[in-house]
Amino acid sequence: MDKKLKIVVLAKQVPDTRNVGKDAMKEDGTVNRAALPAIFNPEDMNALEQALRIKDLIPGTEIQLLTMGPGRAADVIREGMFRGADGGILLTDRKFAGADTLATSYALAQAIKKINPDLIIAGRQAIDGDTAQVGPQVAEKLDLPQITYAEEVLGLENGRITIRRRLERGVEVVASPLPVLVTVTASAAPCRPRNAKQLMKYKHARTLSEDQQAEPNTYAVALDQREYLRIPEWGYAEIGGEENGYGLAGSPTKVKKIENIILQAKESKVLSGSDEDINGLIQELIASHTIG
Amino acid sequence: MNNIIVYCETDNGKLCDVSLELMTKARDLAAALSCDIEALLIGHNVKSLADELYQYGAKVVHLADDPKLEFFRTLPYAAITIALFRQEQPQIALFGATSVGRDLAPRVSSALHSGLTADCTCLEIGDHKDKEKEYKNLLYQIRPAFGGNIIATIVNPECRPQMATVREGVMKKEALATPVAGSIQPIEVNNILKDTDLAVEIIERHIEERKIDIKGAQIIVAGGFGVGSKENFQLLFDLAKVLGGEVGASRAAVDAGFIDHARQIGQTGVTVRPKLFISCGISGQIQHTAGMDQSAMIISINNDPDAPIHKIADYAIVGDLNEIIPKMIKSYKQNSK
Repeated sequence: MDKKLKIVVLAKQVPDTRNVGKDAMKEDGTVNRAALPAIFNPEDMNALEQALRIKDLIPGTEIQLLTMGPGRAADVIREGMFRGADGGILLTDRKFAGADTLATSYALAQAIKKINPDLIIAGRQAIDGDTAQVGPQVAEKLDLPQITYAEEVLGLENGRITIRRRLERGVEVVASPLPVLVTVTASAAPCRPRNAKQLMKYKHARTLSEDQQAEPNTYAVALDQREYLRIPEWGYAEIGGEENGYGLAGSPTKVKKIENIILQAKESKVLSGSDEDINGLIQELIASHTIG
Repeated sequence: MNNIIVYCETDNGKLCDVSLELMTKARDLAAALSCDIEALLIGHNVKSLADELYQYGAKVVHLADDPKLEFFRTLPYAAITIALFRQEQPQIALFGATSVGRDLAPRVSSALHSGLTADCTCLEIGDHKDKEKEYKNLLYQIRPAFGGNIIATIVNPECRPQMATVREGVMKKEALATPVAGSIQPIEVNNILKDTDLAVEIIERHIEERKIDIKGAQIIVAGGFGVGSKENFQLLFDLAKVLGGEVGASRAAVDAGFIDHARQIGQTGVTVRPKLFISCGISGQIQHTAGMDQSAMIISINNDPDAPIHKIADYAIVGDLNEIIPKMIKSYKQNSK
């Protein structure tokens, strides 16, 4: 194996769209987004695990999480640190708001240039948009090769990474020089649980904004005394670039219309599970040549 | 100039269905815009596929044919696509939402700074007005978002091409009665590719033949998380077998490991429109129903009378699928002779 690496894991805090329960439904049948819990995007967890495995193999490897979002997205960085990452950066600025995938990838790429990692690993896609676009768009902006649909890092030698990809009907093994951007699919190994030692160490990791907004005496130790607890917040001032490349201004796609899904009731015939009802249904289906 | 370009993907020397579906859709769009359709075909020994593309309306087939391009690799395919789009300035570019299209299209959109919308379920031409300006004949890119709980219409007012990906089976595939008189325009691959574009190397490939064909099935028996186990899915296979259908599943059943991903129906699986869809133990979240609500007839079996699936069903059976499916099999065997 190789010299120690610097790895950036891209992670996103997302509303848990997979569990839209009754509480999250408004009376008109639409989703109350505010009621959905905010979670670590699942495939980004798979990505983190691949990074942690590399760190297991190459001690001294440094893993930094990079997330873009509002202040509360610092939760994603803490969660990553509890599981073995060394730290993280929260990209947050009003200028970044309203970004589509392209403007998002611009901000991420600017931040990554500043970190200058050997490897960037991200989830294939986030469950709130399911687009799978940000990974390849970041890779293009950094002029790096990309390996999407990665399932497992098979090897890392002489500055080349070997990866198994999971495609629709099979697998492909590819090798790429570093640096490279890799997106990891859900069929990859799940992320290891939180580590008790890491949890103790980073429990009070926080951004300066969180620190300033906290009630007095929330934190026993000041940030200045424990530099490793500081989660840096980067905004436009830190990452620079073209101001109109960010946020709404940097987004070629515009949302013209949003329709909330309301399940339309059509004329349903309700049947019981009785022999009679089932028999009647089957006879009807045969008579109408639906089944034959 | 300013035509529609469809990226045409190949698989084992054949054109992918999704590409032909996109060509078919592109004909509607081109008619509304009074423009032509062009195809982009990249691969090795794929020239003969141009004839089939003329049958789907391609006036021009841009052909990049080279041994280096035998299998999809991001960098060389992206370099060729980007170079072609810069030269031809298409107003619309369509890609299949496959592992290839979803890898390639975002890379291209980033290089050209053009908007891309993934997994569209509907494409239309229409006008758009914002604070400053009115736009004529934009591509409406319509897709479910937010886990399928909303339907968003996306437009790209300023940037070109307007790019979209569409999953296989979402659009219909229909050849023309008479092929158009099209022609091939070769792309000078070696003028475009740099050595660094070939940095990623394919070491092994194991791609299986497509086995399961739920998309083409006229009758589908689909199971959800409520089926309860891998073993219980056997009941669904039994019913599908006697009816001559295929077995499908919701994402929840696939995620739970009850059944293979290839059978997943819904926004993140395949879209089906069989003449009969029998839904078993599926609650009916929109992510799933988006992939099956065009079925000609829907029968839902769910023991929860309030399950949303019952609302879109023609026949809603409230009860235990473990009892009802055997009754259906028995009744069918008795009545079908």
